Amino acid sequence: MCLAMPAKVIEIKDNVAIVDFGGVRREARIDFVKDVKVGDYVIVHTGFAIEKLDEKAALESLKAWEEVMKAMEE
Amino acid sequence: MELSIFQDKELAQKILQGIKREAERIGREVKLMHVCGTHEDTVTRSGIRSLLPENVKVMSGPGCPVCITPAEDIATMMEIMRMAKEEGEEIILTTFGDMYKIPTAMGSFADLRSEGFDVRIVYSIYDSYKIALKEKDKLVVHFSPGFETTTAPAAGILKEAIDRGIENFKIYSVHRLTPPAVEALIKQGTVFDGLIDPGHVSTIIGVKGWEYITTEYGVPQVVAGFEPVDFLMGVFMLLRMIRKGEVKIENQYTRVVKYEGNVEAQKTIKALFDVVDAKWRALGVIPKSGLELKKEYKDYEIRTFYKVKPPELPDLEKGCICGAILRGLALPTQCPLFGKKCTPRNPVGPCMVSYEGTCQIFYKYGALF
Repeated sequence: MCLAMPAKVIEIKDNVAIVDFGGVRREARIDFVKDVKVGDYVIVHTGFAIEKLDEKAALESLKAWEEVMKAMEE
Repeated sequence: MELSIFQDKELAQKILQGIKREAERIGREVKLMHVCGTHEDTVTRSGIRSLLPENVKVMSGPGCPVCITPAEDIATMMEIMRMAKEEGEEIILTTFGDMYKIPTAMGSFADLRSEGFDVRIVYSIYDSYKIALKEKDKLVVHFSPGFETTTAPAAGILKEAIDRGIENFKIYSVHRLTPPAVEALIKQGTVFDGLIDPGHVSTIIGVKGWEYITTEYGVPQVVAGFEPVDFLMGVFMLLRMIRKGEVKIENQYTRVVKYEGNVEAQKTIKALFDVVDAKWRALGVIPKSGLELKKEYKDYEIRTFYKVKPPELPDLEKGCICGAILRGLALPTQCPLFGKKCTPRNPVGPCMVSYEGTCQIFYKYGALF
């Protein structure tokens, strides 16, 4: 029940979006992610988008880890 | 969006090397706990326990909201269905697939359905609400379990039902809050050196929601995501803190979790629910760990209309160690019933029923550990 999954926003109508889980499309409520746009990725949990997925933050975190790992090797 | 790097083998190997170095430098046994069924799924499916150094142990705490839902609440809901039928009211009961099968000494919702009651499995409380909008002459009751991640959708839908004055939709709230459970475990004596915070609960409550566990109890924490690399990185970050003697909370899952969390969701939950003391199956009553609808919204709680005295039921069958598993004190393979008398087809305890239950996850992936 608690399995939240990333999905791509395909269509938005009021507070309901059509989202795509890698081929499977479903409705998801977007009440809690008001500024979401078509093309954004969201984390969907029991039919609700609970947050946007931030690719930039993801890539930045990877870079930060690499630096920590490098520092450890020295 | 190309984020498959979070499943990348080479990156995972690199982090594992880091984990090994940190573990060696710590030089004693380190116990880490997580409190999330999805984290347990990542750990077990990816064989993470077998990859970690011997002195690093990962325990699984109360991470499954379905497992900890009291047996008497399931039985009370069943009694409400019977009472309603006697009074000539037709109730459609909806709940999640795993909740539907949870056993109690008085049977499960699946048994109730086999008696001829209208019990339906839904993926979302939104689906349940849509049934209510369609079947206006029937009462739709959603038996609503879940931690903060599930409470937010419940609050969102209830808000709409209230705003639109939809009267044939109600819930039976067994919502629970996660940080108070961790606090209770600490107070009851579960000892762990670091906590891996549940990524999606944290999406709602933010890093902020966990901070007090670090400041008041001195437990280092990392909010972690759900890919193998996320979890390993969480372990690495905790070990690094432990080795340095730092007591902090760090966020590994920055691509989703914000410091302040999802403020809109928090506001909606707070507007609709009051925090109350609540019982957790096999863990007892935990202060300020449950949510019930505020007085002004009592008409949306089915217990307002049907007064059923909760039956006294044993939490667990004899021999079942789900209690110790939920406290992070044991793993399923230590249970004499595991895989023998207790299997997903014939579960004895709640941890074997839910997809998020530690026992079912261990059973599904072979319990190699």
